[in-house]
Amino acid sequence: MPLLEMTLMILVMALVTYIIRMIPFVFFRKKITSTYIKSVLYYIPYAVLSAMTFPYILYSTGDIYTALIGTVVAVIASVCKRSLLTVALLACAAVLIFGFII
Amino acid sequence: MEQVKSKKTASSGLSVLDFRRGLKDGLPIGLGYLSVAFAFGVQASMLGVPWFMSVFISMTNLTSAGQLAGLTIIATLGTIGEMILTQLVINSRYFLMSITLTQKLDDSFTLKHRLFCSAFITDEIFAVAAAKPKTFGVKYFHGLSLCPYVGWALGTLFGSLAGNILPAFITNALGIALYAMFIAIIIPPSITTKGVLPTVLIGAGLSCLIYYLPFFDGISTGLSVIISALIAALVMAAICPVKNQE
Repeated sequence: MPLLEMTLMILVMALVTYIIRMIPFVFFRKKITSTYIKSVLYYIPYAVLSAMTFPYILYSTGDIYTALIGTVVAVIASVCKRSLLTVALLACAAVLIFGFII
Repeated sequence: MEQVKSKKTASSGLSVLDFRRGLKDGLPIGLGYLSVAFAFGVQASMLGVPWFMSVFISMTNLTSAGQLAGLTIIATLGTIGEMILTQLVINSRYFLMSITLTQKLDDSFTLKHRLFCSAFITDEIFAVAAAKPKTFGVKYFHGLSLCPYVGWALGTLFGSLAGNILPAFITNALGIALYAMFIAIIIPPSITTKGVLPTVLIGAGLSCLIYYLPFFDGISTGLSVIISALIAALVMAAICPVKNQE
């Protein structure tokens, strides 16, 4: 793709992404009082992140077995309350090491 | 402006949500982004995107899944319409996150700040900010966003420059970083807070169902995430409503 066209594509991508984030942030000013809606909003991040992670994590390393090991390591490290960074690094390390073994 | 009555919110020694605190909360996200963006940069360079374009993408978009999808569209010479539709679907989760975050903002968020700060709503920044028990101000959000933004841009730069040098076993290993970070966000509250674990299981279960059942073949990844997440959250909010939440 020529650079000019690529730049245009990137700007469109950025604009759409920004508008999605900006509209509620700017125009939504009320405090939500409904317990149900508050509960939905409370659960949304966890629901989104779990749906984004599974099953896609299994295909993130190019090899399902190393990915499986990485996933297990990430889960164990998270249960042990390691930080975001530590969990990510441990999972990467597990994939790396296990990739050499098999 | 002069008569701001020193809003120190009488926090009895508890952590004040100022710029410095935001910076501290954002640092691990920034370091995590460094490696994830690195993987993105590597992928972009392998698809033939010049390094300055990759950095440009990261500095204007600040989103992992959306950028990856956008990259694919650019690499496969897709259309603008395809780009708009894909971004709308994949990033629509930010719409929900953005609504959720508005409930946590204090009065320091004027229109100008809202226009600016909304660009920095990512999964991780959202997760950290939304998990704050109280409202927070502009300064905290600025601090929280800084390291992730810099980390994302720098990581992309390093990745796209090193992309052709790094061996595949390293780039493959980096591929799991983002997902591992997601796991680190969802697991701790799954253990401590009632209702979160079933939400996570329903969300993941539905997502897998849509992915593996041939019946759902026409559904894109982005749409699948939204459908799975919405059903999980709507159902769990009905079964297990959250009370006493600021």
